[in-house]
Amino acid sequence: MKILKLIFKNTLRHPLRTILTFLGIAIVTFAFGFIRTAISAWYAGVEASAQNRMVVLNATSLMFPLPLSYRDKIAQIPGVQSVGTANWFGAYYKDPKDFFANFAVDDKYLAMYSEFVTPPEQLAAYKQERNACIIGRKLANRFGWKLGDAVQLTGTIFYGQWDFVVRGIYDGAHATTDETAFLFHWDYINERMKQESPELADYPGWFVIQIADDVNPVAIGEIIDGNFKNSPAETKTETERAFNLSFIAMAGTIMTAMEVISIVVVLIILLVLANTMAMTARERMSEYAVLKTLGFRPLHLVGLISGESLLIALGGFVVGLGALFFIFKNFSVVITKLSNGFFGIFNLTDNTIALTFASALMVGIVAAIFPTWRAVRMRIADGLHRVA
Amino acid sequence: MPNHIVAVNEVSKSYRRDSIKIPVLENINLAVPEGEFLALMGPSGSGKTTLLNLIAGIDRPDTGTIVVANDEVTKLSESQMADWRARHIGFIFQFYNLIPVLTAYENVELPLLLTKLSKKERDEHVKTALGVVGLSDRMKHYPKQLSGGQQQRVAIARAIVADPTLIVADEPTGDLDKVSATEILTLLERLNREFKKSIVMVTHDQRAADKAHLVRHLDKGELV
Repeated sequence: MKILKLIFKNTLRHPLRTILTFLGIAIVTFAFGFIRTAISAWYAGVEASAQNRMVVLNATSLMFPLPLSYRDKIAQIPGVQSVGTANWFGAYYKDPKDFFANFAVDDKYLAMYSEFVTPPEQLAAYKQERNACIIGRKLANRFGWKLGDAVQLTGTIFYGQWDFVVRGIYDGAHATTDETAFLFHWDYINERMKQESPELADYPGWFVIQIADDVNPVAIGEIIDGNFKNSPAETKTETERAFNLSFIAMAGTIMTAMEVISIVVVLIILLVLANTMAMTARERMSEYAVLKTLGFRPLHLVGLISGESLLIALGGFVVGLGALFFIFKNFSVVITKLSNGFFGIFNLTDNTIALTFASALMVGIVAAIFPTWRAVRMRIADGLHRVA
Repeated sequence: MPNHIVAVNEVSKSYRRDSIKIPVLENINLAVPEGEFLALMGPSGSGKTTLLNLIAGIDRPDTGTIVVANDEVTKLSESQMADWRARHIGFIFQFYNLIPVLTAYENVELPLLLTKLSKKERDEHVKTALGVVGLSDRMKHYPKQLSGGQQQRVAIARAIVADPTLIVADEPTGDLDKVSATEILTLLERLNREFKKSIVMVTHDQRAADKAHLVRHLDKGELV
């Protein structure tokens, strides 16, 4: 018979109370991990940013496009290796609620995003067809799209019905790579705009540039923006990371609220477990007195009480984490769909696991502090008196 | 002059309830010879249990000294006191105070977990102790599966398993029926007679006191 066995048996002394507390911690672990994962998903674009890519956009706002003629001028600047053209398309499939990111991009843009891994034959097929599109694996799974499928989108910026054919499905090279994007030829909308709305033609939303590794991005940005200073469309050039962060900043309050909620959730379960441990210790004061009488030291009581608290907290953590793994492995497509594509990347990261574990550990330790303190400080005679 | 297992010299003890000081024991002197079976009697509130707690090293006097098994208990620190209790004292309580989630065997084994005995040695000690109290066939039973008398016998086995110098018993028959009480008293008498264990027992029960060799009465904090 060892102390560990006593801890285990003590934990099961009030099965219903233990199970409810245990489930509470499991649910909180799940909720905490889920919220942290959602926050990570939101920041995934930043994590996935390449060091050698920069974005050139209208200095007034992303809402305003840039003249296509800028593309060749930017390409002339020393240190710039490639310039890609892109537009936010903002269309939806069947129902406006079926939101997903769709971009009109040129081939140079596509070539810069090597993390979008498309089989060569699919890429070749895409390049040969004007209304072809390449879609991410998760987007394909979400709508059940396959190669060769005809897809019609409804434009909200570039009005009208737009017909596409799926010619490529890309996979992300990394866990943080977005697999929910819909990419198609920039020329496809530009040609149609020339006919239907000439004022919108030849105006990309932004340019993406690839710079040499030994070039200072800040210096390049200053040169580019300097070139277009005092022009009708001044530019603002920033790193892809800064560009993505500016998007995130728009939802900064929501993210902060989610972070606060995740902390509140942990504090609530801390109080629940602390209450359970306080009740447990109060009921067992006479037993702790007996153990002290037999010669057990305060450290033994610390081990007994905090051991029980940790067993419940870490047990709940394991179950909650298991549920997270199960849900993310089997229902990530559902989550993406339920969030209307808002969360395209839903992976349980090592950081989130470590943070969740640390929270469970902290809850287990802190919940045991007060009851342990009481048990250790209790006079044996007072503890024995509780029986009578 | 006999060798004393317990020597209480000029011991006083009081408790504080809010700002009021309540004297419990006053200038107590008591000597218990080795191998003695002493019964401490007295009305409720006379200080019997307090004196027993002081002798057993689970409480400290305000003044005076207590020497048990040649150790001056009053000079020991808390951690030294814990070790000392584990080595020298076997406790028997009125309400048995067994750990409900442990079997009779595991309850008796508890004090041995603090020793350096091997698992095999612990096993031998536990089985011997349970054999002495006649519960070899109840080793795997939990306290709630035992009668009051049987639980108290398990408590006695726990008290003797580490072969203590002194056994202290606080109303050991106070929660038992007449038959069970007689069994327990017979067992204590046997421990004293056969195993030469020194026993200090607090009791209200005259029949229990009759089993002791020496009876002392406490009244209003004084030995009379």
